[in-house]
Amino acid sequence: MTWDWKLVWHILPMILRGMVITIEATVLGMLLALVLGLIWAGLLLLPNRCIFWTMRAVIEFIRDTPLLIQLFFCYYVLPEIGITIPALVTGIAVLGINYSAYTAEVYRAGLQNIPSGQWDASKALNFTPWQTFIRIIVPQALPPIVPAMGNNLIAMFKDTPLLSTITVMEMLNRAMIIGDKTFHYLEPLTIVGVLFLLMSLLASGMIGITQRTLLVRR
Amino acid sequence: MLHIVPTLLRGALVTGEVTGGAIIVASVSASCAVAMRLSGLAALDWPARVYIELFRGTSALIQLFWVFYALPLILPFRPTPMAAAIAVLGLNGGAYGAEILRGAILAVPKGQQDAAIALNFTPIVRMFRIILPQALPLIIPPLANLFIDMLKNSALAGLVQVSDITFQSQILQESTLRNAEVYGLALIIYFIMALILAGFMRFLEGCFKFPIGARV
Repeated sequence: MTWDWKLVWHILPMILRGMVITIEATVLGMLLALVLGLIWAGLLLLPNRCIFWTMRAVIEFIRDTPLLIQLFFCYYVLPEIGITIPALVTGIAVLGINYSAYTAEVYRAGLQNIPSGQWDASKALNFTPWQTFIRIIVPQALPPIVPAMGNNLIAMFKDTPLLSTITVMEMLNRAMIIGDKTFHYLEPLTIVGVLFLLMSLLASGMIGITQRTLLVRR
Repeated sequence: MLHIVPTLLRGALVTGEVTGGAIIVASVSASCAVAMRLSGLAALDWPARVYIELFRGTSALIQLFWVFYALPLILPFRPTPMAAAIAVLGLNGGAYGAEILRGAILAVPKGQQDAAIALNFTPIVRMFRIILPQALPLIIPPLANLFIDMLKNSALAGLVQVSDITFQSQILQESTLRNAEVYGLALIIYFIMALILAGFMRFLEGCFKFPIGARV
């Protein structure tokens, strides 16, 4: 079995089309995770013990169970309860909810670093709690959490191949289909691996640059 | 619904085997990689860097499929699914473990190393009697996270025909069509296994908390 460059050029366009879906899933999943995580972090700040412990338990459960099974669960159970959405949407939703458990933790750490005097000062200035949170606290908490969010983004990117198990036509799924058809698994799987490696290195490089600029600005 | 529990528990045993095996492989590969990285020799440092970047930069599922589907085309033999899963998940975890270990070793104050050199300790004694005992308490909490990640990653083994919880639940789902029960129970079993693992790691953390010379 030797490496076949002709096959590589033949299948590359197809795999790159899969990459578009991979990136789409990552970006939309991360946006969802960023929004949901902020909501969870906000709810965890509420003085209500009941909400706090429920949220903690749910977050812990999401973090301690495999994403793969969460995907299977939603992919098979959602249609049973009458929700029929495309596999890609299910995948993005599960990715987003799964990672929101991690982003919530990042937000929480960021929010805890804000001196409590900021809350007191906002109260003294007659801001509502919501205004305080959105206008005062979040803008201060945001810069230090950017690198951590970047790491989550890369981790999510590397989790997108799991979507192939619920029939989403991302890179790995396409590579496996090519392999099943031609019995050449080496080339497509290697291409996908190399593309992932390049993108991860690129992304971590960019996070490094962002981190340095943020540090300089402070 | 209760008749699916024994099958899933049989799968849990296999999941435990895969995770345990992978943790052993990861410990060995992480230790080797860190030793190579800290050796100060470029010829050893670079291979270790390539290993770490390669496994951290790509997805575990792609690595697993590559070893399971592509590697046998190059190799003269085909590894069993179990061996392939343990090797890949272990090497994958080892790459992350190496970074944890290296970070903790580098976090030990430089003066400790200098003092040990001044006292004429050999490099081996320096590492095992001075540096590592101080690095260990720093390692355990991130290691606990890594091991739980590895337990969760072991679910991927089910996709290459290792008969773990994932594999069993897929078969049960196809035969019983009770999707919610099967996958719900699988999730709960994974959760319980993760809690047990986390509890064990907290116990270890307690054991290593007060080594000689640790900073308070």
